[in-house]
Amino acid sequence: MDPASSFDPGDLLRRGRSGHIVALGADYVAHGEDWCELVLPYDRRLISDLATGVLASGPIVSLMDSAAGLAICVKRGLLQTHATLDLRIDYLRPARPGLSVHGRCRCYRLTRRVGFVEGQAHDGDPADPIARVAASFLLDNGQPL
Amino acid sequence: MIKVQLLPYAEFLGISLVHQDNGSPLLSMSYSEGLIGAPGRLHGGAIAGLLEIAAIAAIDATLEEPDDPRARFKPINVTVDYIRPGRAVETFARGIAVRVGTRIGSVHVEAWQESPDKPIAAARMKLLIGQKSEHREED
Repeated sequence: MDPASSFDPGDLLRRGRSGHIVALGADYVAHGEDWCELVLPYDRRLISDLATGVLASGPIVSLMDSAAGLAICVKRGLLQTHATLDLRIDYLRPARPGLSVHGRCRCYRLTRRVGFVEGQAHDGDPADPIARVAASFLLDNGQPL
Repeated sequence: MIKVQLLPYAEFLGISLVHQDNGSPLLSMSYSEGLIGAPGRLHGGAIAGLLEIAAIAAIDATLEEPDDPRARFKPINVTVDYIRPGRAVETFARGIAVRVGTRIGSVHVEAWQESPDKPIAAARMKLLIGQKSEHREED
Protein backbone atom coordinates (compact mmCIF):
# COMPACT_ATOMS: atom_id res chain seq x y z
CA MET A 1 0.00 0.00 0.00
CA ASP A 2 1.30 3.41 -0.95
CA PRO A 3 1.31 5.36 2.29
CA ALA A 4 1.15 8.73 0.55
CA SER A 5 -2.23 7.89 -0.93
CA SER A 6 -3.68 5.83 1.89
CA PHE A 7 -5.12 8.64 3.97
CA ASP A 8 -7.87 11.00 2.87
CA PRO A 9 -9.09 13.35 5.64
CA GLY A 10 -12.16 14.29 3.59
CA ASP A 11 -13.20 10.66 3.41
CA LEU A 12 -12.60 10.25 7.14
CA LEU A 13 -14.77 13.28 7.97
CA ARG A 14 -17.51 12.21 5.57
CA ARG A 15 -17.63 8.75 7.12
CA GLY A 16 -17.75 10.13 10.66
CA ARG A 17 -21.03 9.37 12.38
CA SER A 18 -20.17 10.21 15.96
CA GLY A 19 -17.73 11.98 18.22
CA HIS A 20 -16.89 15.54 19.08
CA ILE A 21 -16.26 16.87 15.57
CA VAL A 22 -19.56 15.47 14.32
CA ALA A 23 -21.35 16.93 17.37
CA LEU A 24 -19.83 20.34 16.65
CA GLY A 25 -20.97 20.13 13.03
CA ALA A 26 -17.47 20.70 11.65
CA ASP A 27 -16.68 19.60 8.12
CA TYR A 28 -13.75 18.99 5.79
CA VAL A 29 -12.71 21.76 3.38
CA ALA A 30 -9.39 20.85 1.76
CA HIS A 31 -5.92 19.44 2.38
CA GLY A 32 -2.46 19.44 0.88
CA GLU A 33 0.67 17.41 1.49
CA ASP A 34 1.25 18.84 4.98
CA TRP A 35 -1.92 20.78 5.83
CA CYS A 36 -5.63 20.33 6.39
CA GLU A 37 -8.50 22.82 6.58
CA LEU A 38 -11.81 22.28 8.39
CA VAL A 39 -14.82 24.56 8.76
CA LEU A 40 -17.13 25.09 11.71
CA PRO A 41 -20.53 26.52 10.69
CA TYR A 42 -21.97 29.12 13.05
CA ASP A 43 -24.23 27.46 15.62
CA ARG A 44 -26.02 29.11 18.52
CA ARG A 45 -25.41 26.01 20.66
CA LEU A 46 -21.74 27.03 20.69
CA ILE A 47 -21.97 30.64 21.85
CA SER A 48 -20.72 31.86 25.19
CA ASP A 49 -22.37 35.27 25.22
CA LEU A 50 -26.12 35.43 24.83
CA ALA A 51 -26.09 39.20 24.38
CA THR A 52 -23.72 39.26 21.42
CA GLY A 53 -23.97 35.74 19.97
CA VAL A 54 -20.17 35.50 19.80
CA LEU A 55 -18.89 31.92 19.55
CA ALA A 56 -17.14 30.51 22.60
CA SER A 57 -13.42 30.04 22.20
CA GLY A 58 -13.54 26.33 23.07
CA PRO A 59 -15.09 25.17 19.77
CA ILE A 60 -12.29 26.99 17.93
CA VAL A 61 -9.74 24.99 19.96
CA SER A 62 -11.56 21.79 19.00
CA LEU A 63 -11.54 22.79 15.33
CA MET A 64 -7.82 23.61 15.40
CA ASP A 65 -6.90 20.51 17.42
CA SER A 66 -8.62 18.30 14.85
CA ALA A 67 -7.21 20.18 11.85
CA ALA A 68 -3.76 19.86 13.44
CA GLY A 69 -4.13 16.13 13.96
CA LEU A 70 -5.28 15.68 10.37
CA ALA A 71 -2.34 17.77 9.12
CA ILE A 72 -0.03 15.28 10.83
CA CYS A 73 -1.90 12.36 9.29
CA VAL A 74 -1.69 13.77 5.75
CA LYS A 75 1.99 14.53 6.17
CA ARG A 76 2.62 11.00 7.43
CA GLY A 77 0.31 9.57 4.79
CA LEU A 78 -1.53 7.38 7.26
CA LEU A 79 -4.18 7.50 9.91
CA GLN A 80 -2.67 6.70 13.28
CA THR A 81 -3.49 7.87 16.74
CA HIS A 82 -1.58 10.72 18.28
CA ALA A 83 -1.93 12.50 21.59
CA THR A 84 -1.93 16.28 21.87
CA LEU A 85 0.98 17.24 24.14
CA ASP A 86 0.23 20.93 24.31
CA LEU A 87 -1.64 23.57 22.41
CA ARG A 88 -1.41 27.34 22.63
CA ILE A 89 -3.98 29.58 21.02
CA ASP A 90 -3.94 33.36 20.70
CA TYR A 91 -7.35 34.91 20.24
CA LEU A 92 -6.64 37.79 17.87
CA ARG A 93 -10.22 39.02 17.72
CA PRO A 94 -13.74 37.62 18.28
CA ALA A 95 -15.37 35.64 15.47
CA ARG A 96 -18.21 37.60 13.91
CA PRO A 97 -21.62 36.18 14.89
CA GLY A 98 -23.25 34.26 12.08
CA LEU A 99 -20.08 33.47 10.15
CA SER A 100 -18.43 30.08 9.71
CA VAL A 101 -14.97 29.65 11.18
CA HIS A 102 -12.29 28.10 8.98
CA GLY A 103 -9.29 26.44 10.63
CA ARG A 104 -6.18 25.49 8.68
CA CYS A 105 -3.20 23.77 10.29
CA ARG A 106 0.17 22.82 8.81
CA CYS A 107 2.55 20.20 10.16
CA TYR A 108 5.88 21.96 9.66
CA ARG A 109 8.04 19.34 11.35
CA LEU A 110 7.74 15.62 11.93
CA THR A 111 10.23 13.66 13.95
CA ARG A 112 10.00 9.95 14.60
CA ARG A 113 7.84 10.49 17.67
CA VAL A 114 6.69 14.13 17.73
CA GLY A 115 4.78 16.32 15.28
CA PHE A 116 4.84 20.15 15.38
CA VAL A 117 1.93 22.11 13.97
CA GLU A 118 0.98 25.73 13.41
CA GLY A 119 -2.35 27.06 12.29
CA GLN A 120 -4.72 29.95 11.81
CA ALA A 121 -8.46 30.41 12.05
CA HIS A 122 -10.48 33.02 10.15
CA ASP A 123 -14.15 33.81 9.51
CA GLY A 124 -14.02 34.62 5.82
CA ASP A 125 -10.80 36.49 5.15
CA PRO A 126 -7.58 34.51 5.67
CA ALA A 127 -5.70 37.82 5.82
CA ASP A 128 -7.71 38.85 8.90
CA PRO A 129 -7.34 35.83 11.21
CA ILE A 130 -9.29 35.39 14.45
CA ALA A 131 -6.81 33.02 16.09
CA ARG A 132 -3.34 31.52 15.78
CA VAL A 133 -2.34 28.14 17.15
CA ALA A 134 0.88 26.27 17.93
CA ALA A 135 0.68 22.66 19.06
CA SER A 136 2.78 19.54 19.45
CA PHE A 137 1.68 15.92 19.27
CA LEU A 138 3.09 12.61 20.41
CA LEU A 139 2.87 10.09 17.59
CA ASP A 140 1.64 6.64 18.57
CA ASN A 141 3.70 4.45 16.30
CA GLY A 142 2.35 1.07 15.42
CA GLN A 143 -1.18 1.70 16.59
CA PRO A 144 -3.23 2.16 13.44
CA LEU A 145 -6.85 3.12 14.12
CA MET B 1 -20.89 33.72 40.27
CA ILE B 2 -21.07 32.95 36.59
CA LYS B 3 -24.16 31.07 35.55
CA VAL B 4 -22.34 28.35 33.62
CA GLN B 5 -25.48 26.36 33.04
CA LEU B 6 -26.95 29.30 31.15
CA LEU B 7 -24.19 29.48 28.55
CA PRO B 8 -25.17 27.46 25.49
CA TYR B 9 -21.63 26.17 24.91
CA ALA B 10 -21.34 24.96 28.52
CA GLU B 11 -24.64 23.13 28.10
CA PHE B 12 -23.42 21.68 24.80
CA LEU B 13 -20.43 20.17 26.62
CA GLY B 14 -22.56 18.95 29.54
CA ILE B 15 -20.91 21.20 32.11
CA SER B 16 -22.47 22.02 35.46
CA LEU B 17 -21.41 23.64 38.72
CA VAL B 18 -20.75 21.07 41.45
CA HIS B 19 -20.05 23.51 44.28
CA GLN B 20 -17.99 26.50 45.21
CA ASP B 21 -15.40 26.16 47.98
CA ASN B 22 -13.30 29.07 49.14
CA GLY B 23 -14.40 31.09 46.18
CA SER B 24 -13.19 28.65 43.55
CA PRO B 25 -15.96 26.92 41.60
CA LEU B 26 -15.69 23.20 40.88
CA LEU B 27 -17.17 22.27 37.51
CA SER B 28 -18.13 18.88 36.16
CA MET B 29 -18.41 17.75 32.54
CA SER B 30 -20.53 14.62 32.34
CA TYR B 31 -19.44 12.07 29.77
CA SER B 32 -21.25 11.96 26.47
CA GLU B 33 -20.47 10.42 23.12
CA GLY B 34 -20.20 13.90 21.58
CA LEU B 35 -17.00 14.56 23.54
CA ILE B 36 -15.02 11.73 21.96
CA GLY B 37 -11.98 12.30 19.74
CA ALA B 38 -9.87 9.20 19.15
CA PRO B 39 -11.75 5.99 20.06
CA GLY B 40 -12.35 5.83 23.81
CA ARG B 41 -10.64 9.16 24.51
CA LEU B 42 -12.00 12.64 25.14
CA HIS B 43 -11.25 15.15 22.37
CA GLY B 44 -8.52 17.61 23.34
CA GLY B 45 -10.79 20.47 22.31
CA ALA B 46 -13.57 19.36 24.66
CA ILE B 47 -11.06 19.25 27.54
CA ALA B 48 -9.81 22.72 26.56
CA GLY B 49 -13.40 23.98 26.46
CA LEU B 50 -13.97 22.75 30.02
CA LEU B 51 -10.69 24.34 31.18
CA GLU B 52 -11.61 27.69 29.62
CA ILE B 53 -15.05 27.75 31.23
CA ALA B 54 -13.54 26.83 34.61
CA ALA B 55 -10.97 29.61 34.18
CA ILE B 56 -13.63 32.22 33.45
CA ALA B 57 -15.75 30.95 36.35
CA ALA B 58 -12.75 31.28 38.68
CA ILE B 59 -12.20 34.91 37.71
CA ASP B 60 -15.88 35.71 37.90
CA ALA B 61 -16.04 34.22 41.41
CA THR B 62 -13.47 36.78 42.64
CA LEU B 63 -15.79 39.66 41.78
CA GLU B 64 -17.95 40.56 44.73
CA GLU B 65 -20.75 42.30 42.90
CA PRO B 66 -22.54 40.63 40.00
CA ASP B 67 -22.73 43.97 38.22
CA ASP B 68 -19.02 44.70 38.72
CA PRO B 69 -17.99 46.45 35.51
CA ARG B 70 -15.06 44.01 35.38
CA ALA B 71 -17.50 41.11 34.81
CA ARG B 72 -16.80 41.12 31.08
CA PHE B 73 -14.26 38.66 29.78
CA LYS B 74 -12.46 38.39 26.51
CA PRO B 75 -9.86 35.64 26.13
CA ILE B 76 -6.36 36.74 25.12
CA ASN B 77 -4.74 33.36 25.00
CA VAL B 78 -4.65 29.92 26.56
CA THR B 79 -1.90 27.31 26.77
CA VAL B 80 -3.09 23.79 27.45
CA ASP B 81 -0.79 20.98 28.60
CA TYR B 82 -2.24 17.52 28.13
CA ILE B 83 -0.92 15.29 30.90
CA ARG B 84 -2.87 12.03 30.71
CA PRO B 85 -5.35 10.58 28.24
CA GLY B 86 -8.89 11.75 28.93
CA ARG B 87 -11.01 8.64 29.40
CA ALA B 88 -14.70 8.33 28.57
CA VAL B 89 -15.89 9.27 32.06
CA GLU B 90 -16.97 12.37 33.99
CA THR B 91 -14.31 15.10 34.15
CA PHE B 92 -13.85 17.83 36.76
CA ALA B 93 -12.10 21.18 36.56
CA ARG B 94 -11.25 24.02 38.90
CA GLY B 95 -9.44 27.26 38.22
CA ILE B 96 -7.29 29.30 40.58
CA ALA B 97 -7.25 33.01 39.85
CA VAL B 98 -3.55 33.89 39.96
CA ARG B 99 -4.28 37.57 39.68
CA VAL B 100 -7.35 39.63 38.87
CA GLY B 101 -6.40 43.21 38.20
CA THR B 102 -8.35 46.00 36.63
CA ARG B 103 -7.49 44.98 33.08
CA ILE B 104 -6.11 41.43 33.04
CA GLY B 105 -7.18 38.22 34.70
CA SER B 106 -4.66 35.38 34.91
CA VAL B 107 -5.81 31.88 35.82
CA HIS B 108 -4.26 28.46 36.39
CA VAL B 109 -6.76 25.67 35.84
CA GLU B 110 -6.61 21.89 36.05
CA ALA B 111 -8.88 19.07 34.90
CA TRP B 112 -9.00 15.57 36.37
CA GLN B 113 -11.09 12.43 36.40
CA GLU B 114 -10.37 9.86 39.11
CA SER B 115 -8.45 12.15 41.46
CA PRO B 116 -7.39 15.82 41.63
CA ASP B 117 -3.87 14.44 42.26
CA LYS B 118 -3.85 12.98 38.75
CA PRO B 119 -4.71 15.86 36.42
CA ILE B 120 -5.41 14.96 32.81
CA ALA B 121 -4.74 18.53 31.65
CA ALA B 122 -3.70 21.94 32.95
CA ALA B 123 -3.87 25.37 31.38
CA ARG B 124 -2.84 28.96 31.84
CA MET B 125 -5.34 31.46 30.53
CA LYS B 126 -5.24 35.23 30.27
CA LEU B 127 -8.33 37.33 29.75
CA LEU B 128 -9.06 40.97 29.24
CA ILE B 129 -11.56 41.96 31.88
CA GLY B 130 -13.78 44.98 32.23
CA GLN B 131 -13.11 45.99 28.67
CA LYS B 132 -15.82 47.44 26.53
CA SER B 133 -14.75 45.70 23.38
CA GLU B 134 -16.00 46.37 19.90
CA HIS B 135 -18.29 43.36 19.91
CA ARG B 136 -19.84 44.07 23.27
CA GLU B 137 -20.75 47.70 23.07
CA GLU B 138 -24.39 46.85 22.47
CA ASP B 139 -24.54 45.18 25.90
